[in-house]
This record gives sequence, C-alpha cells and structure tokens, in this order.
Amino acid sequence: MADQASEPAYQTDALIAEDIDAYLELHQNKELLRFITCGSVDDGKSTLIGRLLYDSKMIFEDQLAALEADSKRVGTQGQEIDFALLVDGLAAEREQGITIDVAYRFFSTEKRKFIVADTPGHEQYTRNMVTGASTADLAVILIDARKGVLVQTRRHSYLAHLIGIRHLVLAVNKMDLVDYDQATFDAIVADYRAFAAEIGIADFTAIPLSGFKGDNITAAPSANTPWYAGPSLIAHLEAVEIETAAAQLRPFRMPVQWVNRPNLDFRGFAGLIAEGSIKPGDAVRIVPSGKTSTVKSIVTMDGELEEAVAGQSVTLTLADEVDCSRGDVLAVADNPPQSADQFEATLVWMSDEALLPGRGYWLKLATQTVSATVAQPKYEVDINSLDHFAAKTLDLNAIGVCEVTTDRPIVFEAYETSRALGGFILVDKLTNATVAAGMIHFSLRRAQNVHWQALEIGREQHAAIKGQTPAVLWFTGLSGSGKSTIANLVEKKLHAAGRHSFLLDGDNVRHGLNKDLGFTDADRIENVRRVGEVAKLMTDAGLVVLTAFISPFRAERDLVRAMLPHGEFIEIFVDTPLSVAEERDVKGLYKKARAGELKNFTGIDSPYERPENPEMRIDTTRTSPEDAAELIVERLLGAWTPSL
Amino acid sequence: MQRLTHLDRLEAESIHIMREVVAEASNPVMLYSVGKDSAVMLHLARKAFYPAPPPFPLLHVDTTWKFQAMYALRDKAAKDAGMELLVYQNPEAKERGINPFDHGPLHTDMWKTEGLKQALDLHKFDVAFGGARRDEEKSRAKERIFSFRTASHGWDPKNQRPELWNLYNARKAKGESIRVFPISNWTELDIWQYLMKEGIEIVPLYMAAQRPTVERDGLLLMVDDDRFPLEPGETPVMRSIRFRTLGCYPLTGAVESEASTLADVVQEMLLTTTSERQGRAIDKDEGGAGMEKKKQEGYF
Repeated sequence: MADQASEPAYQTDALIAEDIDAYLELHQNKELLRFITCGSVDDGKSTLIGRLLYDSKMIFEDQLAALEADSKRVGTQGQEIDFALLVDGLAAEREQGITIDVAYRFFSTEKRKFIVADTPGHEQYTRNMVTGASTADLAVILIDARKGVLVQTRRHSYLAHLIGIRHLVLAVNKMDLVDYDQATFDAIVADYRAFAAEIGIADFTAIPLSGFKGDNITAAPSANTPWYAGPSLIAHLEAVEIETAAAQLRPFRMPVQWVNRPNLDFRGFAGLIAEGSIKPGDAVRIVPSGKTSTVKSIVTMDGELEEAVAGQSVTLTLADEVDCSRGDVLAVADNPPQSADQFEATLVWMSDEALLPGRGYWLKLATQTVSATVAQPKYEVDINSLDHFAAKTLDLNAIGVCEVTTDRPIVFEAYETSRALGGFILVDKLTNATVAAGMIHFSLRRAQNVHWQALEIGREQHAAIKGQTPAVLWFTGLSGSGKSTIANLVEKKLHAAGRHSFLLDGDNVRHGLNKDLGFTDADRIENVRRVGEVAKLMTDAGLVVLTAFISPFRAERDLVRAMLPHGEFIEIFVDTPLSVAEERDVKGLYKKARAGELKNFTGIDSPYERPENPEMRIDTTRTSPEDAAELIVERLLGAWTPSL
Repeated sequence: MQRLTHLDRLEAESIHIMREVVAEASNPVMLYSVGKDSAVMLHLARKAFYPAPPPFPLLHVDTTWKFQAMYALRDKAAKDAGMELLVYQNPEAKERGINPFDHGPLHTDMWKTEGLKQALDLHKFDVAFGGARRDEEKSRAKERIFSFRTASHGWDPKNQRPELWNLYNARKAKGESIRVFPISNWTELDIWQYLMKEGIEIVPLYMAAQRPTVERDGLLLMVDDDRFPLEPGETPVMRSIRFRTLGCYPLTGAVESEASTLADVVQEMLLTTTSERQGRAIDKDEGGAGMEKKKQEGYF
C-alpha cells in the first residue's frame, strides 16, 4: 500500500493534542462541498469511498475491527481490508452485494467538509443518480482502467451534465491492475474527451487512481505514477468552486417559505436565499404580484444582519405593508424572475407508474405548489446512445422533453440559470408519490399569444335566449351499468319540458371525434379530455349536455369539473356492482374481456375509481332507470333559476 | 462576497427543513430526547422561527429510566424555548413494570418503540421531527430527510420517495405520517462544534466528573438512583466518567475520562478510537442489522 498517511490533508493529530482551541478554530471555518460518485459495482466505487473515509479517520477502532472481521468473512479482497464493506448499508443490499439506493457519507480534510452522495451505477437506477446529483457541486465519474469508457460512463456523464453539475472528475481507477501504464490512461482520457465534447461538457479533470492501493488519493503524483502532473483527488476536491459561492453573484431571489407573525407589530418573511445577496435598504419586488418595497431588516436570533447571501436561511422585514405569502418570491426590484403557466422541460420519470399525458399532477417548484398537466413527450432520450426517439409516455427511469402546463402562473427561471427556481418535482395526486423530477428550459409564449376572441354574443346570451342555465350531467359508471339508458330517458324528459340539450354518448363519440384513440390509460384520458372540451363549448352555446362515458379515473373527471364554472358540472355515479353489470352484459363485452379478447377492460383488468363526492348517486339495484331519470330531472330543474 | 462555513450551511439547511414542515404539515411535533442532538435540533428550531417561539410542541417519549440530570434539563429547555412539553409514558409498560434490568430488549420495544407510536397516535401528529444523523449508522446513511411512515408506522427502505434538490414532498394520505430529520447531514463533530459555538446548554453528564459506577458485561454503568439492583459483591465505585450518548441509564455505557469541558471532550473524541454508538447496548441486538430492523418496526 502506498504510504500516504502522513500527507498534509489529514495532518492534525499533533494539533488536536497540543492546541485543541486552535484546531477547532480551523475546523470551524471549513467550507462544505457536496459531490456524487458514479460508477458500477465493479469500478471500485465503494472501495474508493471507503478509502476516503478511512484516510480522513472517519473510521473508529471498533468499526475497523468489525471491518477486518467482515472482510475475512464476506469480503472480496482475500485477506486484505475490503473498504467497500464500510459503505454498503442496508441488509438487503449486503445480501445482493450491490448498492440499491442513494446513501450519504461524510468526511473532512483540513480545508473542507464533504458530503458524498453514493449512488448505484446499475442501469435501472437512473432515478437514484439524478436524486444524488441534484444537490451536488461536483461529480466523480469512475472508470475501470482495464475497461475504459463504457456505455455506463457516457450515461453517468450525460446525467451529471443534465442535472447541471459543472465540475466533473474522471477518476480512472484500478490503475494498479494496468501496471500504472500512462498510455492506457492517456488513451482513456482522449476517448472520453471526444465523447464529452459531443454532449457539451467543456471541461473535466482526469486523475489516475487506485482506490485499493491508495495512489493519487491524498497526494500526487504517487510513486507509481511519476508521469502524472495533476492534483490528487483530495487536492482537487479542496480547490473547486462551490456552487453557493457562485450563486451569491447572481440577482437576489428568495422564495418565501413562511410568514412569521408572532404579534401585530412584527411581520417577517422567512426563506432560504437561493441567489444573490441582500442588505437593509435594498429595493425588492414581490413576484408574481409585482409590488415593490424595501428591506427594513434582516432578523435572526443572533441579532440583525448587515447583509445576507445565497445559502443562508433568514427572515426579512419590509418597509411597507405589502401582500406577500408562501409561494411568492422576493427578488431584486429591477431584475425579477418571470412567471408563466406553460413550459418546455426535461422530465426524469421516477415512478413504476408511467406518465399519463393529460392527467393532473402536483408540481412543486421552490415553495410553490400548483396543479399541472404534462403533454405527450416531444421526444425521449436514449441515455445510452443519446439518440432522440418518439414516445407516447415516460416509464420508470425514462428521460424526455415535454410541455408542462400549470393551472396558474408560477415564478420560475431556466434551470441552467437557477437550480432553485428551475427545478421541480411532480407528485401523484392519489398516491402522493414523487413521480418525476423536472428541469425547465423556457416558458412557452403560447399562453400569452393566443388571445381570446372577444365575442359579442357570449354564453349568457346563448343561455338567455333558451331560457335555461347550462349544465353538464356527467354519467360515470362501469360498462353495462345503465348510463346510456338513464341518460336517454333524462334527455327525453328534458326535451318534453322544452329544454335544449345534447347527449354525448361514449360509443358514438368514438366513431368520429375520438376514433383515433384506443383503450390504454393515456388514450382514455385523452378521450375524456376531448369530451370535456366539447361539453364545455356546448355549455357556452347554452345547452344542457349529457355525457355517458365510463370515465374510470377520478383525476380526469375532476379535470372536466375544473374546466366548468362552479355548479355546472353534475357528476352522476351510476352505481352498479361489477357482478350485476357482468351478468347483464348487454353488449357481450365482459364475456370477451374474461376470455382475454378485450384488453384494458374497466372492472376486469383496468381499474374503476369510484367518485368520492358525486352530486348524485344512482343505486341501480334499488332504483329503476325511469325513477332515476325522474330524480335527475327534478334535481336539475329544481336547481334552475330561469333567466327569462 | 461572504464565505459560508460548513456549519453556516448546515444550519441554513436545517432551518429550511423545519420551515417547510411548519408550512405544509397540519400538526407537527418535535421529538425531544434531551441528548446533545436534541439540544442542537431545539436550538435550530428556535432560530428558524425567531422572534416567534417554535410553533409546535416538544414530545418526550419517556421510559422513566432516564438519568435524573436529563429530566432536569428537559423541563428547563422547554421553558427557555417557550414551548409546550408533552411527556408520554406507555401505560402498559408502566403497569407491567418493564425495566431494563429484567426485560432486556423488551424494555426498548415497549417504552420507546411502542410508546412513540402510541404518543403519535394519541395526539394525531402528522409530522414528527427526529434528531437522527446519517453518520451514526450504516442504515441511517440511506434514510431520507422526509421519511415516510405508513398508518401503522412502518418504514419500507425499498419504497422511499426520491428527494431532489431541497424540494421536500410532504404530501400524505390520512393516517400516514412523516418523520423529518433536520440534522441528517450533521456529523458528531459538527454537533459538538455547534454546541460550543452557540453556547448551547447540554446535560452535564457529557462532561467528565466523579460518579458512582459499576462494571458489568464490559460496560461501565452509572448508578443513578436506588432502583439500580446491585449484584452480590457489587459496590459502586467512584470514577471520573462521561457519556458519549445518553439513553436509559442502565443501557448506556460511560467512558472513563478526565475531559471536564466541551473543548476537552471534543479533543478526546477526535483522538479517541471508538465510535459513538458503541456505548449503547441497543445496536448489538440482531447482529449488524439491528438498527435497520428496529426502524422497520417503528423505532427511530
């Protein structure tokens, strides 16, 4: 093993023993660098991290004793210490011998404290690497010197670049196994440089290493690599620029987390400064409202500050009484961020349940949470070849570029300008799982460019001439539950009462408007969305619209509800137990579905989500279609306030 | 340009996490165990919401077997912070007289694991702050800052939500809860340095003093009150000891030490060769996977 125990990176024992106060002063002023290591099990990644912990004395004697015992029992290095055992965490992984999740490790040198995100290199775990990389200033890309640049090397580099890491280290590991051969190292570096340029990585630092033997970890060049002129891994980690320091130079932005109002005399806006710096007296703008004020004070428990910078959590008070709450962003007055409701973004899909274009998800960006829909991807990226290809959806670990639409404008910046205001997560509204990470490219101006045509005859006039209030009677329920039968009866009664109505039937619509759609989840959503839009136009024309669709997903029914003015969407749940509907089987569809001839059939191999709070529920096992229709008409006419 | 130190950054991160919870949770609580990590967490909470007091109560899941000095500091710290202190003792454990001498692992299970679940259910807390750190133990290195629990308080290490940037997903269904660890990224040394830098009061047991002790199964135990059953031939011996971690007094091993100030303690820690949790008997159950198993059962 190369003897590097006495290198300056860790030479502290003497100081600790002699002058603890001086040592503590030194340590207290260390900076923090977060980095990520990317590589597969075979690249010696765990061994390298174990070595970093070991060299920085983050391993204590009892852990070392356990390590030595484990090394002999389950280690892969014969009688030598297997550093990898130090960092392999959960029991399940220990059995499999691979890391399956993101783990965070800590070590420090004389200059800096480090937080290492240790992520697996296995192909199906893209989401873990993106997660670990999202907080990193630097990425260490590990390469096995015997194997050179592999597909996974390209993948890791692409992901690190995608997530905006500006400092890349190409760690050519296991140099001991290629006899520390310079030509091998140079060839790998040249190979990588060609690839890096291709994907827009301008700069990287290549270091020949042996995690196992310790070469060029804390000191360089090691005796085995006299030809290497660059820094040791540690020296490089101690020198690179830290992201929050760079962020201080950008225009001031602080997303407001919480309004602090302990009493009537104090109103403070609490948040973590994302970018820039701020002083009392500085002019600030509250976005999206656009109101301005000046900073009165920067309040902390340790007294008021003269200045606060990116990376600090503070509480600001303003000179004026202005509206400002969680979700707003405080920004420098003359250069505030924009707001918009439609974006192009890269999405990294992180859930087993694929993206459903058109479905509503929660979108969280900084301290803003809004409802958002994602359109069908413009393209998906093959992270191995980096080719673009067409995709209808995004599956777990897929990366694609999509248009995202939010239900109200949000304050944002391009991700490449600001991670804090350009990065977002998507959350499934039903399971609450985090399903995707997103990075905004730019806003789409379409929302601002498509102006509403001002119409002189509007929905009120249309409704008035018919003497009625428009509404959508949305019948939902299993196939064969009786939706169409009841809807037909209702329309007959409305017609007889002189009302203007129109029935949109599921089967009929699929013969025309929606004949391009199948029965996958994505197509079902699009089917409902189009019917919703058509129904909305018809209510604008003053009609009472009846729709009879299975519409199995709660989220989509709510989507249509949200399109319409309050009170105009009347959800009617035609509640027929599956067994009853299946027994009726008017169209013979259940028989086919059971025989496997029909795929994605609701109730059989595709779910039906029951309405939680429908306006009306018809229990068809107790109420006849005729009685049901009567009830619905009563409810509708009773609710009417004739406008004539 | 200002240079932020690692302690500045850690402090800012912890404060940000606490504010996110208060903004998004409906009924948060801070678990307070009176140890040094709890002391730092409480101090950070005071900073996060200053000049208001932290807008949630402190919860001490009591085993009735804590050191007397811990009870004294607990009550004072809550009062100083202007916070409500809730103390919960599992009534079943109390009734059955569960104690660390006769019941071994059952003691931790009943008082702490079960007690915690009962207390959270009783008050319907949806988010509980805990003072765990990722550097403590291998399985904790992988836990999220926002760690999701099912309605029965289970933890599924294979089904954790990805945690990106500093965007925390605090959404959950009714009955489910989230454990939040605001000092996840602090190391033991960071904790000590911050205690010194901020002048935070901690239990005096962390500093060496002459205390009555007995040696048992390789652990140095302090005889804190007369509930400590001495074995035949055992007499408490005065030794200069201190504690690296504080739990129930009969489960927590002391180390012999002369370090009577914080700086001395840090010095000794930096030069020492045994890791933090070694003094606690709890991790030694079930071989190497002890803590992970406890966590799946609902222990922090």
